[in-house]
Amino acid sequence: MVREEVTVGVGDAAAGLHEFPTTDMTLNIGPQHPSTHGVLRLRIVLDGERVVSAEPIVGYMHRGAEKLFEVRDYRQIIVLANRHDWLSAFSNELGVALAVERMLGMEVPERATWLRTLLAELNRILNHLMFLGSYPLEIGAITPVFYAFRERETIQAVMEEAAGGRMHFMFNRVGGIKEEVPAGWTGRVRQAVADVRSRMPDLDGLIRDNEIFLARTRGIGVLTPEQVDAFGISGPVARASGVDFDLRRDEPYLAYGELQESLRVVTRTVGDCHSRFECLLDQVYASLDLADACLDRLASVTGPVNVRLPKTLKAPEGHTYAWTENPLGLNGYFIVSRGEKTPWRCKLRSASFNNIQVLTELLPGTLLPDLVAILGSMFFVVGDIDK
Amino acid sequence: MSNLAAESPTLADFGTDVWWIIVIKVVGIFALLVALTLFAILFERKVVGRMQQRIGPNRVGPRGGLQSLADGLKLAFKEDIMPALADKPIYFLAPVIAAVPAFLAFSVIPIGPIVSIFGERTPLQLTDLPVGVLIVLACSAMGVYGIVLAGWASGSTYPLLGSLRSAAQMISYEIAMGLSIVAVFLYAGTMSTSGIVEAQESGSEVSAFGLNFDGPGWYAVVLPVSFIIYCIAVVGETNRAPFDLPEAESELVGGFHTEYSSLKFALFYLAEYINMVTVSALAATLFLGGWRAPWPISIWDGANSGWWPVLWFIGKVILGLFVFTWLRATLPRMRYDQFMRFGWKVLVPVALLWILVVATMRVLSREYDFNAGDIALYVGIPVLVLVMAVVWLWPDKAPDPTVKEGVPPTTRGAFPTPPLDLVVPPSPPLIKRDAVAAGKRGGGKRA
Repeated sequence: MVREEVTVGVGDAAAGLHEFPTTDMTLNIGPQHPSTHGVLRLRIVLDGERVVSAEPIVGYMHRGAEKLFEVRDYRQIIVLANRHDWLSAFSNELGVALAVERMLGMEVPERATWLRTLLAELNRILNHLMFLGSYPLEIGAITPVFYAFRERETIQAVMEEAAGGRMHFMFNRVGGIKEEVPAGWTGRVRQAVADVRSRMPDLDGLIRDNEIFLARTRGIGVLTPEQVDAFGISGPVARASGVDFDLRRDEPYLAYGELQESLRVVTRTVGDCHSRFECLLDQVYASLDLADACLDRLASVTGPVNVRLPKTLKAPEGHTYAWTENPLGLNGYFIVSRGEKTPWRCKLRSASFNNIQVLTELLPGTLLPDLVAILGSMFFVVGDIDK
Repeated sequence: MSNLAAESPTLADFGTDVWWIIVIKVVGIFALLVALTLFAILFERKVVGRMQQRIGPNRVGPRGGLQSLADGLKLAFKEDIMPALADKPIYFLAPVIAAVPAFLAFSVIPIGPIVSIFGERTPLQLTDLPVGVLIVLACSAMGVYGIVLAGWASGSTYPLLGSLRSAAQMISYEIAMGLSIVAVFLYAGTMSTSGIVEAQESGSEVSAFGLNFDGPGWYAVVLPVSFIIYCIAVVGETNRAPFDLPEAESELVGGFHTEYSSLKFALFYLAEYINMVTVSALAATLFLGGWRAPWPISIWDGANSGWWPVLWFIGKVILGLFVFTWLRATLPRMRYDQFMRFGWKVLVPVALLWILVVATMRVLSREYDFNAGDIALYVGIPVLVLVMAVVWLWPDKAPDPTVKEGVPPTTRGAFPTPPLDLVVPPSPPLIKRDAVAAGKRGGGKRA
């Protein structure tokens, strides 16, 4: 929706609207701006510091992910799937693996399923910690990001030990995971989880109930459940508005079906920036608990972690849609196969793309500092928007 | 006069220096300020680093000691950019206007008592006036012009927003800052900085519960409300976190200095840190006893004579810088309107009320020979208890409503919204869990 720039308040007609005649100012936030996490661009019209209209302009980082998927072997797709949301690499590759396995009717070994679940939760913690650090930074608190990164480093160390990557793990394979985890790895994960849990209060206590932080985020950018439904918003952002929907519970995949006792879906009802932040924060604790539950179970589950694949991997004709509860929301792959080595069509449904669309409704009427607070609280990754 | 006794300069001691003493003092203050600025930048980065589980700069010089110097040199060699839309003369002058008053303000800050420089006895202070503190206020008010003009002359949106914020912020907080100092004037009976330091030498005798002892002389203790208001106001006045709205990075990129580079930027940077040093020095002078030694050291007789006080003074300034750093590491940035509301609706009324209380107490103790300590004890403490009780027992206010006023109603047809018949799947009942776990809906992915 493009609004035209108007000069308001000139002449007698505007006397009732403004005390002084003012001219609206158009401001481009981004594509290079400290709080757009990359190249999101917002074209906003300002009256003083009040936003009259806002329009997210996306696509600066469009890489044609879907089309690239369509010219890659099913095993190669995983490398690409990794990259659109670079903070949830493991969960992304998981979605592709699940889709292909479903089309092939493949049985995944139990140990692989449990390891995938554990790594997906660790990845969720990594992702959330990133935003728990960067969001206060946008509000002007410079310290929490360092606490968050300390915890990230702890988790990343064990992820790196298993997968070899720190960001793009590439640990999923069609039919399981790449290889068995190193000896003693589960013990180190348990230690890392315990360390993070014991140090989370540092971050939590510094920012969650800070008076200024509350003043900046409470009641700001309230997202209604109706808007959540209308724009297809998902993940922590939706749950903060009281939309209690989590695929891990409502349509369990991986081992989540057996983890229902440990699975705690964090919700809030207010839907403002602070409840979105709290959702993320509490979800870290929930994921730490889930990781522990996975570790408990992994101790008794043995066996292979992948299956032997044929030399050429061809999915039978048909289509499937695999969606997963990614850290930022629903991430889905619709894959159509015509029996070739590559998918005939691939549609990528990414969480951030849907989540930021609501900005056009959320931003008008807010102040410029609130715009930053709201933008940050939508927790997006630009690669996930632009695909 | 013996060298060991504290020699407090009076106004009569100023204006009698020979010319070369004045030159030495001017150069000395300039050097001190530049050195303190370089120190403050490094100190801040080191302290913030420690608070953030980092080491901070440690590459240049011993333990990173030359980092700020290296940064300054680097800035000098950077490309000097002049935006096409800039108003050139003003764009050029703005950093100068910001930096010069920052230096000027320090001319009336007393750094030490009367000392001997090459045989000449002179106070360690460039000059003093009967209205000394007003010079500092005037200089900080002048500094605002630098920032406002910089934003205006840049010919760009972010700097303009930054400078608008800065103008409003500085005017508002200047008032709170000025009002907080009034109580000090009332108590000290003078506006001259050296006079205020002298007035804090010792407190009046307080008798409480049958005990007689010397009350504290520092106005931070005698006038705590003034001190707190001053501390808050100067953070706003110097554009430092959590009130660094004119240069809020996440909102306005660099704020008023977005378009500046090279030495012009360095001047703004310098001005900001000198302002920090100046307001810390003024806090030390007005509230923390100036160059006089703090309590445990003041037991030593020679603490307040000779050149020692310079050390105590700089120690107090560094304490101020530490508080600035601490605030920056801890607090998020306030929103602009909240910040203005806080200034006008909290700080200014409280400051006015406090002046009223202080003035009343001064008059009472003079006219009716009340002891100020008695009043504080028998009136102040019950009032304090009452206020605290009210604050604690007051019901919590409901959170403010959303900032939605003035929002044009979004028309439903304006955006292709999907039909609102989306039904969110209900939570599966507990009974169904086993069926789910068996993998009926999971598509048999699990072994």
